[in-house]
Amino acid sequence: MLLRHTTAQEVERKALTINPSKTCQPVGAMYAALGLHGCLPHSHGSQGCCSYHRSALTRHFKEPVMAATSSFSEGSSVFGGSSNLVAAIETIFTVYEPDVIAVHTTCLSETIGDDLTQIVSKAHEDGKVPEGKKVIFCNTPSYVGTHITGYSSQVSSFVKFFSAATPKKRNVVNLVAGWMEPSDMREIKRIARVMEARTILFPDMSGVLDAPLTGKFEMYPKGGVSLSDMAATGDSKFSIGLGAYSTEDACVKLENKCKVKFEVVEIPIGLKATDRFITSLSRHANVPVPDELTEERGRLVDLIADNSKYFYGKRVALFGDPDTLIPLTEFLLTLDMKPAYIVTGTPGKHFDESMQALLAEQAPEARYKSGERADMFQLHQWIKQEPVDLLIGNTYGKYIARDENIPFVRLGFPIVDRPGHNFFPHTGYVGATNLAIKILDKVLDHTDRTCAEEKVELQM
Amino acid sequence: MSGFIREREAQILTKGRDDFDLVGGKPSLAGSVSQRACVFCGSRVVLYPIADALHLVHGPIGCAAYTWDIRGALSSGPELHRSCFSTDLRERHVVFGGEQKLYQALTELIDKYRPQAAFVYATCIVGVIGDDVQAVCRRVERQKGIPVIPVMAEGFQGSKKDGYKVACDAMATLIGTDNSKELPPYSINILGDFNLAGELWMLTGYYRRIGVGILASLTGDGRVADVRNAHRAALNVVQCSGSMLHLAKLMKAKYGIPFIKVSYFGIEDMSEALYEVAKFFGREAIMEKARRLVREELGQLLPALEPYRKALQGRRAAIYVGGAFKAISLVKALRLIGVKTVIAGTQTGNTEDYRLLKAICDDGCIMVDDSNPVELSELVRQTGADLFIGGVKERPIAYKLGIGFCDHNHERKLALAGYEGMLNFAREVHETVCCPVWKLVRSEL
Repeated sequence: MLLRHTTAQEVERKALTINPSKTCQPVGAMYAALGLHGCLPHSHGSQGCCSYHRSALTRHFKEPVMAATSSFSEGSSVFGGSSNLVAAIETIFTVYEPDVIAVHTTCLSETIGDDLTQIVSKAHEDGKVPEGKKVIFCNTPSYVGTHITGYSSQVSSFVKFFSAATPKKRNVVNLVAGWMEPSDMREIKRIARVMEARTILFPDMSGVLDAPLTGKFEMYPKGGVSLSDMAATGDSKFSIGLGAYSTEDACVKLENKCKVKFEVVEIPIGLKATDRFITSLSRHANVPVPDELTEERGRLVDLIADNSKYFYGKRVALFGDPDTLIPLTEFLLTLDMKPAYIVTGTPGKHFDESMQALLAEQAPEARYKSGERADMFQLHQWIKQEPVDLLIGNTYGKYIARDENIPFVRLGFPIVDRPGHNFFPHTGYVGATNLAIKILDKVLDHTDRTCAEEKVELQM
Repeated sequence: MSGFIREREAQILTKGRDDFDLVGGKPSLAGSVSQRACVFCGSRVVLYPIADALHLVHGPIGCAAYTWDIRGALSSGPELHRSCFSTDLRERHVVFGGEQKLYQALTELIDKYRPQAAFVYATCIVGVIGDDVQAVCRRVERQKGIPVIPVMAEGFQGSKKDGYKVACDAMATLIGTDNSKELPPYSINILGDFNLAGELWMLTGYYRRIGVGILASLTGDGRVADVRNAHRAALNVVQCSGSMLHLAKLMKAKYGIPFIKVSYFGIEDMSEALYEVAKFFGREAIMEKARRLVREELGQLLPALEPYRKALQGRRAAIYVGGAFKAISLVKALRLIGVKTVIAGTQTGNTEDYRLLKAICDDGCIMVDDSNPVELSELVRQTGADLFIGGVKERPIAYKLGIGFCDHNHERKLALAGYEGMLNFAREVHETVCCPVWKLVRSEL
């Protein structure tokens, strides 16, 4: 009983966060920056921040994660980090030779008031930025937003610094990727390819954080959206943002800057969200939906039908990021399961409104919460009050799953105790199939293990 | 890509070729992909294993989230240390101050969990916005009647190593505040073992077998009451001297407790640790038991190691770990199983540490301070290492290079201390170095 302290009875908490379902902005900025080819993320703050973010990403992806730090000292915190950043830019371009440095701030550099616009222009004036190289930046104070907003800010900075409109529009659709796995991005690109739609996906961590083992260490692996593609997003005729929290801001910026119209849909997790994504892509790229995808959809429907009795009425608790939870909740309802408790540390009205709309008819008794103190402690207390049949979330859910003896499906960030998220996507019909099978596996394994001996069934 | 930073010339040397001393303890160059962490990190990893204390991180959510249950430090009882408690500071607190929130969080938490003591970690931003953490701690301590200890761990004040000192200072305020624990005869404190994978329990077993009792473990499987009584031990036995030497010195100055520095890694160092403790107590009976223990253990261990030594003979290892003492023990342990160290580096060694490390390395071994991935991978290529020993960030780099890896950091799951640990280590090195997958890396379709 690792969480034996958790009680069913809720005591009002005013100040305390216990076992959060979120982390801070900079790690999101670092993750997104890795989706630009040849880019070195740079953490402007104490060296611990950079080290923590790299470790957190490394544990999840089991891949080298490269990022530099301004290595703040006591002096920098008093006199400002300007000289640290200028020196860092020089060191990075001399030693690590990236095409782009993507600087993000931290709570420390924000609070002491470092002005990145001014510091970076000083680096240019001092000749520290070689010809053809770029330094981009975004503001990610840790005391604002969460890792999701940090991700969003970084994606917006790509638009701000690279997207350019030339007089010639191209028949291309931008796909702005919300926080998802590289495997999910790979699957979305496959769908676009099957549809013969011309797209640019950004950021793109596939090929960066799921690179093959070759016997050589690549500081800048093959993947990532190229700078020329990123520039060309300004000439695309439309953008589809996948996940409102992590991409809407970038879409708006791109429309304002380059007049590229956009639509934001959910990350295509589950059947209906995938339907909407494919419909949107089909319309805006002006391509038909090929049989290959229709058949994938059909196979998914077939799987759901075959197993509907095992999904029926199962109560599910889930936690994680809003852009994932919204389509995931919808998919659980598609499966005829009952989302019971939903928690995200990332605040925002969109989550509450979406949940309200999704759950009103099929699961009106469901409880959901976002923002401060919407943490795993809260979730666990709810579970103790009335149990669930399944838990879905990141690795930190394993303690609750173990203590309450609930089947547990890992989905989200971070997953540090199982592989798989890098190989089996959750997006598209294929991803939904993977997810449905994973849920069935966990639920039925649990039944097999815990049911009365005479009830063990061979055929299910 | 050059891979080597010119300013770092004094931080890399080849033994037998360069006769200068490797310079340690320099702050990392801004812009380097340093593998180092911060003051908060150092203090958090040292205090983390105290399992019946509250650990409340005062700052934005990240600092607490990234240190949530990431140490393999086992507890035989309470598990309070494995949860994540944060004041989750937001913008309004940065503007108007976070003291009120800290006070509320702390009192809510103490009411809820009734801990034996509370550690409150002040992170970067707290130092800048000027919250008086110490005053809040004093106030809550008065109201709740348990020790509430501020850990002044603003990240920017240095590297991980400076955080160790901060943790020691925090613990020092607890030590000497209670006298009620029963004192075992020939009692020692173990400093600097964090009970990773249950190592402390192995060590306790060895000491018990030679008739020596453990009064307090700082901080593996730690308990507040033990820490409070720690001033009554006859001797402090300090491992991993990077992290806890400061506390040993404080205790010597204040309570006159002598200390010895030991390592439990590798058979020579483990045996030496037992002999040193026996020598300190000056009892022939203890020394005799220590000799017998070493004899028995080695009698079992050495034959068991033999197959691994044969299989590993002539392999080459690269070491890049936190502290220099760990590196020294590793060089010796690797030598015992036939593996030659060709790169020896640390994040936090100082110039004096490196002199000791250099003395035990073979000629041709490259020594490096505060390295980075590009440099490390280039050194691995140059030396043809078959094995990398490091921490979480180095593992995937080693794998990408197509060589074996052993975790020697705080996330490892394998007990490496003592005689059992040596066998575990040999097995782990064998498993990873001789893994058939590395042949696949070099094979083609």
